[in-house]
Amino acid sequence: MKGIVKHFSGVPALQSVQFEVKAGEVHALLGANGAGKSTLMKILTGAYQADEGSISIDGHDVAIRSPQDAKALGIQCVYQEVDTALIPYLSVAENILLDQLVSSKKKGLVNWQSLYAESEKILQGFGFSIPVKMLVEQCTLSEKQLILIARATVQQAKYVIFDEPTAPLSTKESERLFQIIAQLKSAGVGIIYISHRLPEIFEICDRITIMRDGQGVITTETTATSMDEVISHMLGKSFAEEFPKVEVPIGEPILEVQGIAGAKVHGVDVRVREGEIVGVVGLVGAGKTELARLLFGADPKESGEIRLKGKPVRMSSPKDAVDAGIVLVPEERRKEGIFVEESVKNNLSVATLANWSPLGFIRKGIESRQAKDLVQKLGVKTADIGQLVGFLSGGNQQKVAIGKWVNTNASIFMFDEPTKGVDIGAKSDIYRLIGTLAEQKKGILYFSCEFQEVIGIADRILVMFEGKIVKELSRGQATQEQIMYYASGGE
Amino acid sequence: MEVKKFSLFDFVYKYGTVAVIVIVMLLFSLTNPYFFTYDNLTDILRSISIVTFVAIGVTFSLIVGGFDLSVGSTVSLTTVVSASMMVWYEQGVVATFIIPIALSLLVGLVNAFLVVKIRIPDLLATLAMLYIVNGIHMTYSKGYSIYANMPMADGTTAPGKFQSWFLWLGQGEILSVPVPVILTFLLVAITHVYLTYTRQGRMLYMTGGNLEAARLSGIPVNRYRTLAYVLSALFAGLGGMLLAARIGTGQVSSGGSMLMDAVAAAFVGFSVFGAGKPNVFGTFVGAILIGVLLNGMTMLNLPYYAYDIIKGAVLALALAVTYYQLRRKRKA
Repeated sequence: MKGIVKHFSGVPALQSVQFEVKAGEVHALLGANGAGKSTLMKILTGAYQADEGSISIDGHDVAIRSPQDAKALGIQCVYQEVDTALIPYLSVAENILLDQLVSSKKKGLVNWQSLYAESEKILQGFGFSIPVKMLVEQCTLSEKQLILIARATVQQAKYVIFDEPTAPLSTKESERLFQIIAQLKSAGVGIIYISHRLPEIFEICDRITIMRDGQGVITTETTATSMDEVISHMLGKSFAEEFPKVEVPIGEPILEVQGIAGAKVHGVDVRVREGEIVGVVGLVGAGKTELARLLFGADPKESGEIRLKGKPVRMSSPKDAVDAGIVLVPEERRKEGIFVEESVKNNLSVATLANWSPLGFIRKGIESRQAKDLVQKLGVKTADIGQLVGFLSGGNQQKVAIGKWVNTNASIFMFDEPTKGVDIGAKSDIYRLIGTLAEQKKGILYFSCEFQEVIGIADRILVMFEGKIVKELSRGQATQEQIMYYASGGE
Repeated sequence: MEVKKFSLFDFVYKYGTVAVIVIVMLLFSLTNPYFFTYDNLTDILRSISIVTFVAIGVTFSLIVGGFDLSVGSTVSLTTVVSASMMVWYEQGVVATFIIPIALSLLVGLVNAFLVVKIRIPDLLATLAMLYIVNGIHMTYSKGYSIYANMPMADGTTAPGKFQSWFLWLGQGEILSVPVPVILTFLLVAITHVYLTYTRQGRMLYMTGGNLEAARLSGIPVNRYRTLAYVLSALFAGLGGMLLAARIGTGQVSSGGSMLMDAVAAAFVGFSVFGAGKPNVFGTFVGAILIGVLLNGMTMLNLPYYAYDIIKGAVLALALAVTYYQLRRKRKA
């Protein structure tokens, strides 16, 4: 791809970007959110048209005007949002062989037996075990992704784009993915790998291209650079400290949970004190999100007791939790955390309206003032508070999702993977914000599968495995290796 | 800040409906001098007053991300029941008002129960209710319209008649403004203020905007969805009573055509002044558009059976614009 330029309603998104992938190479494409990675890839896959520039394959210029063109040229993409690429009502087998079914020259009936057999074979080739007759809507997130990978590879792909493929995967599943990538690589496939997780980039990628503000900053061999260097290229400034941890004196217990159980959670005790940040870590599927939702009243609990400041609380809905002073920043930001069609202002006021609308009438002056104040405090990058949240970048959306709780009188703040899909700049803003909350004597529960992150900010770390807390580690004591040991079932 | 580029579509999207109303009115006034007279204009407003009530109900169900197909049947039900209270049972103000209102609230609660509690998709649940309520109103009226001195099943004549205070609601005037027009303005103003300036109104929009995010923000979403369905049925029920008052009979199946008009008005309203979401003021403008078109077509002596073509086309156009805009927004 040469000299690619793309504007969105006059705003430049890409400014003369160069990018190349060799056959049999894993090439990482890095950049903070909004750097232009997705736009560039959408041009390559035919979702967008470039304003200027050219794309050539094996030395020949090609025109990619539609996703069909891209597929015909052997360019496949494994998208981050797996649900948009799969058909939930069809079986695993049908989804894997979808393009064959669609473009099949054979007339007449579908040969189900060979369909199932063939897809079974493909999955086995990768060492996956997903029942091929199962409907895709019953699959887990990581299974869906594996199906997408399988689909991409059956079509003689020459180039495969992986867009944040490990985000929904557990470590074990990620490792299997890396094996698959290695298989593809040795088969001569060119791989473009987009991820926010630097360690895995250094593990599997041959070369790295870093983008910033719609421009390519540097392309380099992986062995010729370091994580610190990569981060400073992404940010355009040197990255002083990743985890600005504020030391806060820890006070009285606020939240005490005993033997709570529900779907995927089997008897968990948790205690959070004033000013304390408790990290709950575990691999994907360990039950972290489920625990958070139980504590928030979002899912029904089967047993257990929740005490807040010594008093037992009964929660049958998130409303009860919010009233009691427990709030949650959920994992699925766009689906659960924000209102994309509403303004920044309306998003930020949703939880506090009742406090300053005594007769049911919204005091618009207070609302705007509060919104402006929060936007400034949280560092939300937005033109003004009337902007629709859907137009903000992922990191800024997350700040808004957090911001709605800041002015409530909540005493317990829960964060479920708050930095997922968030660029590094916004990440440190979020860490800082959490530190500020701790300083205000709030109790923090921080659910994450990013071990390093939790080691960086938490006072105490609870390791979850199969719905139970298997180990408690204190700050300074925990290492990534240790956490991994317990999180993968070590005794 | 850079200057925003002028987009023809955006302009048409925002002001198109109002422009069409103005153009159509100009055309009709040129072809018929009577069109642009006070009498005719109040006539148009009077004719749309009932549809506006029903359409505001539909707007509420749209706001919470639902849909209420049963409003037309609810209109039929309360028309017949309020008429029967006076004509069959010689009841006074209390029963004539309370019983139809209570019935429409009940319809709303059943809708909410099916959609919110049992979780049947809104279109299907309210489709079922459309038939159930319609059947109840037919059974109750035995298929006959209810009017003063009507023959009863036992051969006698109906004992009661439409009371003058009731008819005043539909036919009276205050300072030569028709009462139903005043009631419509009142309802538009009250619901507009409620939805725009109160916390409950905001919560209704939030619930419709993203149900799960609203729930996880501590909003009692099921309560607000229930409220929306109850209000939808209530406004439809009030519309039905107003209809009985206007024509002075309890016309059977009179609400059937109301659904279509109300839905069209609500969807036309999406785009008015670029709101991009269901809103009462827009719905009112949508109702005016439909009223003006029907009035003009009547004057042009178009056959009434052709009206549905126009109304359907208006709905299709409104939907096309709404969804086109939605797609553009998603892309951006």
